[in-house]
Amino acid sequence: MQTAPDQTAPDGRIRAAPVIEVRGLRTQFGAQVIHDGLDFLVEPGEIMGVVGGSGAGKSVLLRTIIGLIRPAAGRITVLGRDTGRLAAAEARAMQRRWGVLFQDGALFSSLTVEQNIEVPLKEHTRLRPQLRRQIAGLKIGLVGLPPDSANKYPAQLSGGMRKRAGLARALALDPEILFLDEPTAGLDPIGANKFDELVQELSRALGLTLVMVTHDLNSLHAICHRISVLIDKRVKVGTIDELMRLPDAWIQEYFRGPRGRAALASDERRSQDRGDQPGGIGDSEAGPLNAGGEREDA
Amino acid sequence: MRNPFNPWQGRDVVAPGRPRAAARRAEASSTSSGARLGQRRDADCLVLELAGPWTTLTVAAQDVVLDTLAPNGVRRVRIDLTALEAFDTAGALLVHRTAKQLTSRGLEVELSGGLKAHRDLIETVRSHDLDCPPPPPARNPLVTLMAHTGRSTFFVLDEAVSLINFLGHTVIVLIRSLVRPSRIRVTALINQMERTGLNAMPIVGLVSFLIGVVLAYQGADQLQKFGAEIFTVNLVGVGVLREMAILLTAIIVAGRSGSAFTAQIGTMKVNEEIDAMRTIGLDPMEVLVLPRVVALVLVLPLLTFYADIMGLLGGAVMANWALDISFFQFARQFNVGVPVWSFWVGMIKAPVFAFIIAVIGCYEGFKVSISAESVGQRTTAAVVEAIFLVIVLDALFSIIFSILGI
Repeated sequence: MQTAPDQTAPDGRIRAAPVIEVRGLRTQFGAQVIHDGLDFLVEPGEIMGVVGGSGAGKSVLLRTIIGLIRPAAGRITVLGRDTGRLAAAEARAMQRRWGVLFQDGALFSSLTVEQNIEVPLKEHTRLRPQLRRQIAGLKIGLVGLPPDSANKYPAQLSGGMRKRAGLARALALDPEILFLDEPTAGLDPIGANKFDELVQELSRALGLTLVMVTHDLNSLHAICHRISVLIDKRVKVGTIDELMRLPDAWIQEYFRGPRGRAALASDERRSQDRGDQPGGIGDSEAGPLNAGGEREDA
Repeated sequence: MRNPFNPWQGRDVVAPGRPRAAARRAEASSTSSGARLGQRRDADCLVLELAGPWTTLTVAAQDVVLDTLAPNGVRRVRIDLTALEAFDTAGALLVHRTAKQLTSRGLEVELSGGLKAHRDLIETVRSHDLDCPPPPPARNPLVTLMAHTGRSTFFVLDEAVSLINFLGHTVIVLIRSLVRPSRIRVTALINQMERTGLNAMPIVGLVSFLIGVVLAYQGADQLQKFGAEIFTVNLVGVGVLREMAILLTAIIVAGRSGSAFTAQIGTMKVNEEIDAMRTIGLDPMEVLVLPRVVALVLVLPLLTFYADIMGLLGGAVMANWALDISFFQFARQFNVGVPVWSFWVGMIKAPVFAFIIAVIGCYEGFKVSISAESVGQRTTAAVVEAIFLVIVLDALFSIIFSILGI
């Protein structure tokens, strides 16, 4: 891995402690072992993609980290705290520091969008109703929903809008980490692109660390900094470039299959478009051109 | 770690998060102190000094203070962010809101100090803040009540019409398959009979036995007062055979099998299995509804017979124990005192109730829309409607039988 020049962050400081640190994780349902000796690290401020075949345990990993599934063995440290050893009150405090977007938004169907966003605020803070409404309005604006969606019920929203509303609820308490479970699944390509852009913009504006389970190769190329591939009950981590150099058959097929190539091509186009703008030159020169050459060799 | 495809990386994606992350750690130590606000005059300028953590969890204290801020005799307001420790969108929202309010009063507002990340966050909030319309006001309760009543009335009428429609459809399919019996799916039929009949036997038997016990005990208690204990047998016999066994069995089956029909068919509807059947050329009425209706019509009389026996057994046991009426005496008095028509009255009702329960169960299943929650709603509706109609029909039967003099 060519990681040497990047060990220090742009501001010259040594890399901070990882936000999520999973060591030796083992999860199993009955006799079926999902993860075995799995290590998983997420650095602050990064967007981590999690991929893997169906049934490889992507969602299980996510659910284990947020405490919905109890691991059989291993240690999970989130924001410096061992989640397996938290008292009830500490666990509640930890829940404030992460937000989760479930696949279809998982909005409470009996509440309006605004009330949905206010649920965590009501539960965890003592804000006045007026300020809660204002915060909810801000979150609705942040995720790019129109103002009149505030009083709509989830059933009245389209799939893409439900995801945005779910994202707004996940952001209600200004979490430090955001977990996304297949955020672009079921969206049309335009909606998926917009959602990708939104997620990227939010992570920058709010300083979020993102963990994203996804099958969308375009999302992986467009916004993920690093990717964790779940194979053989463990994780292989790297940038797409690094992963493509690994000999593993599944990874090769995943990234170099027809869809992988299409996503790669569109990513190159995108980088070249950005290359025209000042400021984007350095990156695009170092990146796609070289990478493209390697791909043709393979 | 460098991703050549991601021009954001290594530029500024990590940078804005970093001060905030650092600030967050500071927050942990000073959460209890809450957000602090200092106010001082500097000539014609009011300086608001924000200190401590200003986050969703801590801003509550300063919310009202800032909202009711009414500075007199100043032209300018300076919001000083220098002493901020932690900051998130809630804090930024308060700063933005205060600035907006003060500006609208003709004051000049400026920000000073603070990290770039803090100012960026305020800018993000400024550019995304929405004034959402207030929730629609509650309507006049009287109007709401009227509207609700009207809507429910029409809903019930619609339901009744489409239920009768479905009933007719079922009958047509039934007749069609009686003409061509080869179309009846025997495996499905046997399977449904097992599920609705055989598997219901423990609960039906237990409930009937206990009802027999209760009837015998209550009857004995009253009849003993004028020495007519032996008529307890008549009471138990007629009560169980005519009403109790069939009614309780029907209610149990409605709760057990009617709801199961709705849930099964409804889940298939949600999974688009029904549509898949239609495209393959299978008629859901024939594949799903018919076996269930026929199975229940065949099985409920059998269950009722079984319930009769268990009810009488319960009565006999209780009579033996509480009144010293031996089983032999019980049988003789039963033979003399209970007309055979009591048995037939109960049995005649069984297939009719079965038909209603099965048809309602299936009908509600087909009414499930493409959402998981409507499965639950429809299942509840199926049970309530089935039990309601069973009792209404039972009353109708009573009237008919009394006219017929049975």
